[in-house]
Amino acid sequence: MTANRLAESLLALSQQEELADLPKDYLLSESEDEGDNDGERKHQKLLEAISSLDGKNRRKLAERSEASLKVSEFNVSSEGEKLVLADLLEPVKTSSSLATVKKQLSRVKSKKTVELPLNKEEIERIHREVAFNKTAQVLSKWDPVVLKNRQAEQLVFPLEKEEPAIAPIEHVLSGWKARTPLEQEIFNLLHKNKQPVTDPLLTPVEKASLRAMSLEEAKMRRAELQRARALQSYYEAKARREKKIKSKKYHKVVKKGKAKKALKEFEQLRKVNPAAALEELEKIEKARMMERMSLKHQNSGKWAKSKAIMAKYDLEARQAMQEQLSKNKELTQKLQVASESEEEEGGTEDVEELLVPDVVNEVQMNADGPNPWMLRSCTSDTKEAATQEDPEQLPELEAHGVSESEGEERPVAEEEILLREFEERRSLRKRSELSQDAEPAGSQETKDSGSQEVLSELRVLSQKLKENHQSRKQKASSEGTIPQVQREEPAPEEEEPLLLQRPERVQTLEELEELGKEECFQNKELPRPVLEGQQSERTPNNRPDAPKEKKKKEQMIDLQNLLTTQSPSVKSLAVPTIEELEDEEERNHRQMIKEAFAGDDVIRDFLKEKREAVEASKPKDVDLTLPGWGEWGGVGLKPSAKKRRRFLIKAPEGPPRKDKNLPNVIINEKRNIHAAAHQVRVLPYPFTHHWQFERTIQTPIGSTWNTQRAFQKLTTPKVVTKPGHIINPIKAEDVGYRSSSRSDLSVIQRNPKRITTRHKKQLKKCSVD
Amino acid sequence: MQWPPPWRRSPLVSATPPPGPTRGLLCPRRVSEAGDSSTEGARTGHRHYVTPAESAMEGRSQPLPSLRPASPTNAPAHGRGSDCTAKEPPLANVCRQNYGAAQDPVEPAGRRSASHVTGSSLGKAEVACGRRWRWAELLADTSWSPAGRATEMKVKMLSRNPDNYVRETKLDLQRVPRNYDPALHPFEVPREYIRALNATKLERVFAKPFLASLDGHRDGVNCLAKHPEKLATVLSGACDGEVRIWNLTQRNCIRTIQAHEGFVRGICTRFCGTSFFTVGDDKTVKQWKMDGPGYGDEEEPLHTILGKTVYTGIDHHWKEAVFATCGQQVDIWDEQRTNPICSMTWGFDSISSVKFNPIETFLLGSCASDRNIVLYDMRQATPLKKVILDMRTNTICWNPMEAFIFTAANEDYNLYTFDMRALDTPVMVHMDHVSAVLDVDYSPTGKEFVSASFDKSIRIFPVDKSRSREVYHTKRMQHVICVKWTSDSKYIMCGSDEMNIRLWKANASEKLGVLTSREKAAKDYNQKLKEKFQHYPHIKRIARHRHLPKSIYSQIQEQRIMKEARRRKEVNRIKHSKPGSVPLVSEKKKHVVAVVK
Repeated sequence: MTANRLAESLLALSQQEELADLPKDYLLSESEDEGDNDGERKHQKLLEAISSLDGKNRRKLAERSEASLKVSEFNVSSEGEKLVLADLLEPVKTSSSLATVKKQLSRVKSKKTVELPLNKEEIERIHREVAFNKTAQVLSKWDPVVLKNRQAEQLVFPLEKEEPAIAPIEHVLSGWKARTPLEQEIFNLLHKNKQPVTDPLLTPVEKASLRAMSLEEAKMRRAELQRARALQSYYEAKARREKKIKSKKYHKVVKKGKAKKALKEFEQLRKVNPAAALEELEKIEKARMMERMSLKHQNSGKWAKSKAIMAKYDLEARQAMQEQLSKNKELTQKLQVASESEEEEGGTEDVEELLVPDVVNEVQMNADGPNPWMLRSCTSDTKEAATQEDPEQLPELEAHGVSESEGEERPVAEEEILLREFEERRSLRKRSELSQDAEPAGSQETKDSGSQEVLSELRVLSQKLKENHQSRKQKASSEGTIPQVQREEPAPEEEEPLLLQRPERVQTLEELEELGKEECFQNKELPRPVLEGQQSERTPNNRPDAPKEKKKKEQMIDLQNLLTTQSPSVKSLAVPTIEELEDEEERNHRQMIKEAFAGDDVIRDFLKEKREAVEASKPKDVDLTLPGWGEWGGVGLKPSAKKRRRFLIKAPEGPPRKDKNLPNVIINEKRNIHAAAHQVRVLPYPFTHHWQFERTIQTPIGSTWNTQRAFQKLTTPKVVTKPGHIINPIKAEDVGYRSSSRSDLSVIQRNPKRITTRHKKQLKKCSVD
Repeated sequence: MQWPPPWRRSPLVSATPPPGPTRGLLCPRRVSEAGDSSTEGARTGHRHYVTPAESAMEGRSQPLPSLRPASPTNAPAHGRGSDCTAKEPPLANVCRQNYGAAQDPVEPAGRRSASHVTGSSLGKAEVACGRRWRWAELLADTSWSPAGRATEMKVKMLSRNPDNYVRETKLDLQRVPRNYDPALHPFEVPREYIRALNATKLERVFAKPFLASLDGHRDGVNCLAKHPEKLATVLSGACDGEVRIWNLTQRNCIRTIQAHEGFVRGICTRFCGTSFFTVGDDKTVKQWKMDGPGYGDEEEPLHTILGKTVYTGIDHHWKEAVFATCGQQVDIWDEQRTNPICSMTWGFDSISSVKFNPIETFLLGSCASDRNIVLYDMRQATPLKKVILDMRTNTICWNPMEAFIFTAANEDYNLYTFDMRALDTPVMVHMDHVSAVLDVDYSPTGKEFVSASFDKSIRIFPVDKSRSREVYHTKRMQHVICVKWTSDSKYIMCGSDEMNIRLWKANASEKLGVLTSREKAAKDYNQKLKEKFQHYPHIKRIARHRHLPKSIYSQIQEQRIMKEARRRKEVNRIKHSKPGSVPLVSEKKKHVVAVVK
């Protein structure tokens, strides 16, 4: 302990000594001071070394000039104890004249400790990343070249062409001697005229200008300028032209267009940037105010007055006046507030209501139904009924319509469509048959086939219907209560015979014809009763007894069941039966669906398509008549019927179509199996559409069909190589890039693992990340 | 079935002119034949041109049928006699015809008259018929007339401008008039199809790629090198340490050097072609002069560098006196020094090959046996990136036309073409080999590369296709260890286990030697036809058909089954697991394990 204390006291003493020294020394620079000290010490050492050369006392302890904690042979510390910054600072604080030192010291103090370096792997990873990025950047310059080469129509190897070196003429001339007499003569002439042979042909200025801008650059530049000028002149001309146009209509249209555009823009603005829109609004308001003040658009101007005179006789002038007035109104009108607009909407509705055509109102009167949709359906149905050729169809349709439940809306609708479709087609066919009857020959067979077709279609349709109904029945039986089922049962039974009946009806030809006649007859007569009947059906609520029935039933069945399981019932026109429940909702729904699918009549389209396909696939007759051959020719003359008949080659009857008995299938018979082996099945890769491929196939490339030049162009090989020539890898110079002047070797020798400052920056960034 | 048959189509539908009238117009002989038969005897002496008298008689008996409306002045002139004389101007505008030879195909067909001769087989008279004809009128002299009639009569005759059909010199080509109107060539597509089919068949018939076998090595050929300046010189190193230099034109060995003890692992030539370097199993790098030693001198290397470890590969810089070796690490050497200027390592494994990029020459690629491919930058003396594949890569080759593309020959039977900037997905996976791929080399055009495989075959792949275009094999060729594409891109050399170097044509059916221009044109045309119809099933089948050794064939079948099974399994897994839980990995990504930065 005592030793320790002793040491402390000694330390304090030495500090005091130092403090005493400092003020004296601070004027000198530190290094100088040290230098002096060092010099002295060295000198001392030298003296000692020399004195020890005698041999006697070689090793001598160094003399200590300062107090030290430990005196040891091995731990020589001539500099003394460690200084702490605080020690230095204390005297500085006291004296105000040491500002510079203070600053320096504070700077030293503020410096933080250096962070630990990253571990080696991390550093290497960062190095690699940086290097990779750099390399990728270097490589990216090849992208356009590679792309170009890949897409090139033709590549000629070797790439580096020995360009014909264009030596300046003076060089050529200097190394060339005239040999033949002709050449000599020419030379003589040249020399006589003192043509500059050895002088440079281009002046330095010209050369410099050539060097300043390459030809391509200059060309590009010129092209740009030209384009700019052309554009400018074009716009000028356009503006002039437009200005010259006298047509008022044109200007009106332009103005209107501008106004519209402005409005649209304003709408856009309102959506995007309400604040700007507000400003715009304010502007408009201001314009309105100005207008109000100026009364510019009132009929007080000179032009307006003149127009007013003209207006009596001239419609256009009147219109112009009107327009001006409206404009005035528009401008002077106060802008609507939001609450007002609602009112206005109501107003417009009223207007709309007024706008509804009278027909609707009439119907409404007739049907007493509040729903406009339903009304429309009524009218359409009645219309349909009127156009319906077969009156028998109607009750059935109606029955289905009535009996439909909401869940089964779709299939029934389809049935309807099918049936209607069928009817139409039958009538069509009948008509055609009738027309065929007029023709003397060959109609019998077609008729037969036609009737057969009808039959087959009928069968298919009836089958479908049956199936539908059966399924419905099942559903109903599973869901519904017993009374419902009971109620239901008779209906399909009734219906089925009806459906089955129908094909029988048209089975014989005679009947068909009769039917046709009947139709003609009934067409005139029947529509009215039908209409009436329908209307009577459609207005069940008017009857006094109908609601009662309805009520009764409703008591028995709850509403939901009723909606889902309504029995189909059949009514005929002749025997008007009890009115069925007519659900508003259901009808609405049906109508809605009908309207939604109004455009796409899929089945009709399909059948039409099939008919067309059949027509197209039929072999066509060949007409070989040559107008004017063997008789007088000229405009308007037609070959005689006899000749036509003679030269008409009848097409042989083809084999029957495979889809003859398949009503809902079109089998394409164009496909030839023998040819298929030679046909491409899948569109090959680079083509996006079959016609592209077909076009490439269709254009011949042979010299038989092309001119020699075109043939050569079409058959240029993709890659051309010269036999016996070495093809070197592509070089930067080949494609016009400047290759790096520094060799890889020199680079590697100059910087063995040294990082540039830029890299350092990148490195730092990476490490931060 | 086509209806109507082409011969029954009406002339209005098909634009081919009915043969009778057309020919009749153009060929006087036909006309006269069709005309009065009583003139037959008198006409026998005349060949091509109709005598005035004849034509006069014909003119009377039957007017020449013309497709064009006759001009009003012309029509009454027939056999009328005196009033119309030879002053009548030639109806150039009416008769203007275009004889395809000098015509551009783009020209609308409407301008072409249908009255052209379509073929040239009718002899001179008809060849001449393709020229411009003019109806002219001639006054027949009394003395001139064979009939001896003293009456003056007017005769119509065809006249034409000899400038249009007479060659200027004998060396000029005869003009063959041809009408290119597509309407006249209804069968161009089928004809070309047949031509393409024939071309394809002929290609297969003439496909005899094997040229020569260079034998002389006493052990398997381990490495090959091309001479950078001479096409005919090839160097090869064998497994017994012997290096041979071959002359390809003479197909013999020029020089033999016992270079190393043990394998010659790598061989490369200096960019100038004056010397070459070899590395061997005896841990040495040796530099040799390309020219042999003088008479009586011993074969000695220029320099020998003794290393601490075995070098497994070597490649020379493309421009400078620097070369790179690989083994434990990639070393870059200055030719003048015995120590590497820099060594680059990334992990510890034996590196099997190193290749300099031929375009950006400071780039190197190497592949190590721990399944990775490492790229280096020589200037910055650092590795750049590493991609780890499913299996080990044996060697890589840079595309000599595209600086950033290289192809790696992998042990998993596939080759992978990478863009070095995006290593996570190969640009293309080339698969057709049925065993490990040992070597790969690019064609100097950069469009194709050849690969050598352990399955005793070499295959040629287009760079942008995943399937090979060609496979070469012979009965005696064993595992192919090294392969090179010659610098004129015409030939392929491969060295194999059974000590031979084989020389192949790069294009199996190509005719060697100088081609005449007609041959060249035919070749180009056939090539284009094959290209055009390549998707047609018949042609495709013939073009694709190759005979394969049974081992390869059965291997292919087997692998197909395995692949299908794997695919099915994957599909089933996807099907039976929650959607999205089993990711769909594309074939390209499947083989890349990781990319290490």
